[in-house]
Amino acid sequence: MRGQTLTEKILSRASGKTVTPGDIVEVSVDLIGFHDLTGFHIIEVLEGVGYNFLPNPERLVIGFDHLVPPPDVRSAEIQRSIRNFASRSKVLRFHDIGDGILHQILLERYVLPGQVVVGADSHTSTAGALGAFAQGMGATDVAATIITGKTWVSVPQPFKVVLKGFLKEWVTGKDVALEILREFKADYFNGMSVEFYVENAGSLPMDYRATIANMGIEFNADSVIFIPDEETNNFLVRERGYGYEGVLPDRDAEYVDEYVLDLRDVDLLLAAPYSVDNVKSVAEVGGLDVDMVFIGSCTNGRLSDLEIAAKIMKGRKVRTRCVVIPASRKVFNRALELGYIQTLVDAGCVVTFGTCGPCIGGHFGVAGPNEVVVSTSNRNFKGRMGSPDSKTYLSGPSVAAASAVMGKIAGPGDLQ
Amino acid sequence: MIVEGRVIKLGDKIDTDLIIPAKHLKYTDPQYLAQHVLEPLDPEFSKKASKGVIVVAGKLFGMGSSREQAAIALKAAGVKMILAESFARIFFRNAINNGLPVMVCPNISNIVMDGDYVVANLSLGEVSIPEKNVVVKCKELPEIVIRIISAGGLIEYLKALGK
Repeated sequence: MRGQTLTEKILSRASGKTVTPGDIVEVSVDLIGFHDLTGFHIIEVLEGVGYNFLPNPERLVIGFDHLVPPPDVRSAEIQRSIRNFASRSKVLRFHDIGDGILHQILLERYVLPGQVVVGADSHTSTAGALGAFAQGMGATDVAATIITGKTWVSVPQPFKVVLKGFLKEWVTGKDVALEILREFKADYFNGMSVEFYVENAGSLPMDYRATIANMGIEFNADSVIFIPDEETNNFLVRERGYGYEGVLPDRDAEYVDEYVLDLRDVDLLLAAPYSVDNVKSVAEVGGLDVDMVFIGSCTNGRLSDLEIAAKIMKGRKVRTRCVVIPASRKVFNRALELGYIQTLVDAGCVVTFGTCGPCIGGHFGVAGPNEVVVSTSNRNFKGRMGSPDSKTYLSGPSVAAASAVMGKIAGPGDLQ
Repeated sequence: MIVEGRVIKLGDKIDTDLIIPAKHLKYTDPQYLAQHVLEPLDPEFSKKASKGVIVVAGKLFGMGSSREQAAIALKAAGVKMILAESFARIFFRNAINNGLPVMVCPNISNIVMDGDYVVANLSLGEVSIPEKNVVVKCKELPEIVIRIISAGGLIEYLKALGK
């Protein structure tokens, strides 16, 4: 029998048969997630087929994050209906406003290596950081998964990425994701599972892995998965107090191709409008005047992001509007204890927590016409953050923080 | 299953934020969503599609978010089918689940022009342009997928099975 990749191993276990790439198989799903803005749609679908409760709530995680706290009456109505539904259905893993962004909550508390995770949000791919097979799906698919505990998947073609060496100062997981997009563009990995092998476990902390897995949907990969290692185990011990031996790929697993990236070669990068693969160096777009900086989201709202932003802003003032949103209550509390929040507030940033905020142009900083935004989020599509005439440059926390201080696109090296 | 109509051509990487911006996601009413479909790209699109059109596009149609409203809005606006060189995985599933026919047709955006009248045969995985005597080979859909699309979507399909 040919050696199996991690994705194939997980899908074989979940489908009860040995899978090969290209197969379409029904798999049992270990963890299901949805948030407010897809949740109400799922409930409409469930009610449409006669369920006025959520069957099988034990596998379900609900986290309110998109339009929270509700900026308008309709959002409040949506959240009320989901809250009632969750209470009727006895959903124990229910996270109301303020707990954090669903993907961050899933990482901190629920996902285990080797699981099959399905969520009603494209950035469910984030859970791949822990060695789970994770896919975002639409409301109907997720409703069907809630009812049956199963879904179908097309077994992706496996692609291997090896990350070796160590990152330079200020360079983070976001730059690694952007480097991969620069190299392969947004359509190369369509239909593939990208399996990341990290040669030195310590070279890529879980925060960075989460950013890369989060951006996996921007690679248009079917799934992105990090092979569990010491860092995976350490993360679980740190966050949850228990270790976990994850399933590993076979040594002779076969991949359609392999890409080796030396982390030393990765520089600070941005994605210019209106495409995530329109990747530029700081030198190429540096100096452009910036109206707003957003540091947060399921991509880069974690403790290491706030640490970098605080390091750069310490004793300085921002020259742009600056919105900072830690991805969860846990992250916010730690940043508070460590003094990062005070530093960011002193620098002139608006800091709140537990929401996707401006990433989807929902609230907490919608971009106006012709405004230039530097954002640590994941998409710079036309109109994504507000006006179709606004322009979003995506970056990691170092470039975002330095740009806020300088009032124009800049790297930490440009600070006086 | 045969679907035919005039073509509106769109480019590569038509993302779901373009198809239906996030500010409209608090609703699922097809008629409401139809009014705003592809608004940031072309505010007139909804009007143009209302007579019933077939969209031909390049790579990664529907990339981005999982919002099912993208498929609902296109269908309700009058889009009878989408033929693209590739689709984003989530959108492709959402389209099928909402009874919106979709087919992957390599190179189609170089062959079909705006305004062409095309006839698509889903069962054969073929698209023809009778006026030009051209046939484009597309990726065949599994029989089950055609049955779901014909029923009007996954829910309707399952309801009909239960009867």
